[in-house]
Amino acid sequence: MKSIKCECGHVNPEGTVLCEACGKPIEGNQHIDGNDKKKLLNMRYDGTARRSQTYNKSIIDKIWSFFSSVKVGVWLIVLALIASAIGTIFPQQQYIPIDAISRDPAIYYPETYGILGQIYYQLGLHNLFSSWWYLILIALIGVSLVICSLDRFVPLYKALKIQKAKRHKTFLSRQRLYSESDEVSEKEKEQVIQNLKKQRYKVRIEDGHVLAEKGRFSRWGPYVNHIGLIIILLAALLRSTPMFYTNEYVWVREGEQIVIPGTDREYFIENKGFILDVYDENDERFKDAIQKEGRIIPSNFQTNAVVYKQSDDAVAGSETDLEKVAETEIRMNHPLEFDGYKLYQSGYQLNEFSQMTFEIQEMPEEEGAEVESFGEFTIDLINPQSEYELDNGFTVVIDEYFPDYFLDSNGPNTETQHPRNPTFIFNVYPPDTDKYETSFVGDIIGAADSIGIDTNSVELKPMGEVLGMFATNLDATGENEYQVAIKNMDFHRVSGLSVRKDSTLPIFGFGAFIFMFGVIQGMYWQHRRIWIQPTDKGIRLAAHTNKNWFGVKKDIEKVIENTNVKMVEDQQELDE
Amino acid sequence: MDNLLSFSSTMLYSAFILYLIATFFFGFTIRDNKKDRQEKSKAGTIGISITIVGFIAQLTYFITRWMASGHAPVSNLFEFMTFFGMTIVLAFIVIYFIYRLTVLGLFALPVAMIIIAYASMFPTEIAPLVPSLKSHWLYIHVTTVSLGQGILAISFVTGVIYLIKNIDQSKRSKRTTWLEIIMYSLILFIGFIVATTAFNLMNYSATFEYPVGNKTVQTEYTLPAIAGPTDGVLLSDGVMEPLFETPGWMHGADAGSKFNTLLWSFLVGTIIYGIIRLILRKRIGAAIQPLLKNAKLDLLDEITYRAVAIGFPVFTLGGLIFAAIWAQEAWGRFWGWDPKEVWALITWFFYAAFLHLRLSRGWHGEKSSWLAVGGFAIIMFNLIAVNLILAGLHSYA
Repeated sequence: MKSIKCECGHVNPEGTVLCEACGKPIEGNQHIDGNDKKKLLNMRYDGTARRSQTYNKSIIDKIWSFFSSVKVGVWLIVLALIASAIGTIFPQQQYIPIDAISRDPAIYYPETYGILGQIYYQLGLHNLFSSWWYLILIALIGVSLVICSLDRFVPLYKALKIQKAKRHKTFLSRQRLYSESDEVSEKEKEQVIQNLKKQRYKVRIEDGHVLAEKGRFSRWGPYVNHIGLIIILLAALLRSTPMFYTNEYVWVREGEQIVIPGTDREYFIENKGFILDVYDENDERFKDAIQKEGRIIPSNFQTNAVVYKQSDDAVAGSETDLEKVAETEIRMNHPLEFDGYKLYQSGYQLNEFSQMTFEIQEMPEEEGAEVESFGEFTIDLINPQSEYELDNGFTVVIDEYFPDYFLDSNGPNTETQHPRNPTFIFNVYPPDTDKYETSFVGDIIGAADSIGIDTNSVELKPMGEVLGMFATNLDATGENEYQVAIKNMDFHRVSGLSVRKDSTLPIFGFGAFIFMFGVIQGMYWQHRRIWIQPTDKGIRLAAHTNKNWFGVKKDIEKVIENTNVKMVEDQQELDE
Repeated sequence: MDNLLSFSSTMLYSAFILYLIATFFFGFTIRDNKKDRQEKSKAGTIGISITIVGFIAQLTYFITRWMASGHAPVSNLFEFMTFFGMTIVLAFIVIYFIYRLTVLGLFALPVAMIIIAYASMFPTEIAPLVPSLKSHWLYIHVTTVSLGQGILAISFVTGVIYLIKNIDQSKRSKRTTWLEIIMYSLILFIGFIVATTAFNLMNYSATFEYPVGNKTVQTEYTLPAIAGPTDGVLLSDGVMEPLFETPGWMHGADAGSKFNTLLWSFLVGTIIYGIIRLILRKRIGAAIQPLLKNAKLDLLDEITYRAVAIGFPVFTLGGLIFAAIWAQEAWGRFWGWDPKEVWALITWFFYAAFLHLRLSRGWHGEKSSWLAVGGFAIIMFNLIAVNLILAGLHSYA
């Protein structure tokens, strides 16, 4: 390594622009920081030798220089910015609304957004934020953060440590704030130094040369906040492994006790009751807003839950030997925490069907006519059978069952496997015959919606005996002699709970803390330096700060008050 | 209760008037006669005093509304935007005492006033909190974000002043055009306020019915429908038939009526802009420029940078970190790529890029000012357009 000896005697590493000790511009290296074309010195990194600006031979040098460039860093940020914006043009797949035409992205995007939607889907932009190229972009920002920081931090740290109070005179005259005063008495000099100390500057004097400095630690702010960001990125990497992150969802009926998924069958949850509170529409305070909104506004979603843990010697998954771990109310914004797991109130079903009672009737001649009944059967929707035999010889076979019925262009279908809107195709066999009739019966929720009941916030249970009258009841052939009518139904409430275990949270928190610490350190303090150099009878005065020039000028004004020292002139060259 | 609420509204109204009066005093300080310097500095002192009284009035509005509703008034668009206006004023007051730059008040206060007036066009009833918003993090998160954005808005204000002063208005150029676009955009807000107020006074109302998924809902238009809801049917009699339908890809709650409002803002805003141009007989930028003779460019640039440097950490804390903590409490995931979250990240990226560009030569001065304007545009987009166009967890109001 070629090192450069300055006339002040200090030996600088290769690539140094300004001598680390005295700040004299080193000949032949001025192009590196662009000083050759400017009057002022580029003080960004105090003219230190940075690896990226010094070596450019091997491939590693080139990669290093590439990533250590602020320009490249900014470009990466801008690209990430544009990509993120593109990701919000249409909803991401996870945000396809529940009431959309279809939850299938292949259908949803082109159907809703036409050709642009089709392109969006084909390019995979509906999962942009988990796409390989977005992740690579973020990773490249991470690489840039590390290399940029290392490239600058080490030499800057050294230079600021080595710096001498005694500086070369061109170093001073080429600072942005500079003045020369011809006649300054010793007494005045002493006064200036005292004033500097009063302004909480650390003052060093070598042979009458003065360096006053404050807020140097703010120079480390950027590197500290970059470390914070790296920690956050590493935490995100860890989170993508199942070891550090569990994410499950569980539906629990009222009164039901089931194993909590994602806990190795170790924990059980019992739902003691789900509560939905709504705002009183006569409430003095809110009635105007509720009226304007025109719908019921919920005030609380709550599951009264008990969590049990299996004792250690029990067989995994068995429901014996359970000990209570927690009993509490899980509400929105108030998750239940136990042994590192958290349960969040995430969903509910007020009106999941528990059973339905049907009656076989003669087909009425006209609407509302009295009809003869041929007996009833009840389907337990938690355990439906495939066929029901009635005492009088009728047999009903369930040909098709849609637990959570909806109709789209592909015909009848089920959204989930939960009995949220049970709908049946029955084959009805009258006594002593092989011929059967087909009936299509159900869609109570659709019926309730169409008569204006908000099934998300109104309980249907009290209406169980009447709702059947509004249900869909189709006779495909038009020749049926019998119809299957819904007599009665019962409902239960279900709580939807998210199960999370996220061991990376402390790491994210730590990273965020470091980031905030660094960003405040770098932004709310400034590194100010004031140099004073004795001349024949007077002094040279120069100052530099990494930001807030207004502030350092005010400092100088106060420092030279009532002395002969001339106020510094701002030599800033406006770049336009 | 009603008394408290009407007192609260009066306080907000008073604050608005006080800001207006203060603006005139700040306007007085930039008059171009060097003789009465003393008078000018007196006007500046009066201006900032009135601003502070106005701020206290608005703070009183905030506290009394909080008392009346039982929750911090930052839960819907009206409350949030009003609060944003207040944080801009607060940021202005702080920056004023650092730099003593009176011209800042002449521009910052009108921006805050436009935002407060804009906010008042949205439903102002006290709304109950839905379960997901019932958390202390609502006010911790929202107030911090808003404060950060308020400080960042100051960089927009100084940026605009810089541009008006610096751009050569003697001939038409790309720069003069873009500056006019900024002026025009601000006037669009005034257009919105004028249109809404006018039709409110006339008690205009038209009801539409339109499908959402497989349900049919009703919406009330308070402005004549230029664009009706997608697949909507007009129910009211004797009102204007819509000229066309809102495109189906607009997905916010009640997108049709909001899109219609946007169209009205453009219509009325463009008319107002046209009238101003007719009166001035030159670009708005060119008309303001001579008033800024005494403004110092390097100081403006300094404040632009300083405002970003101060605002960026506050925004990060409120908009990303507090937001993430709350999301973790409410939904069990601290980050979910919801459009509002993504746009907060975009805002963060943008200002991060701004701060890094300041490291290089050549990005100070005018370029910084353009960037400051761009950053504010992103903030406003996130405040307004994300709720309007993009569906998501934040599409309230």
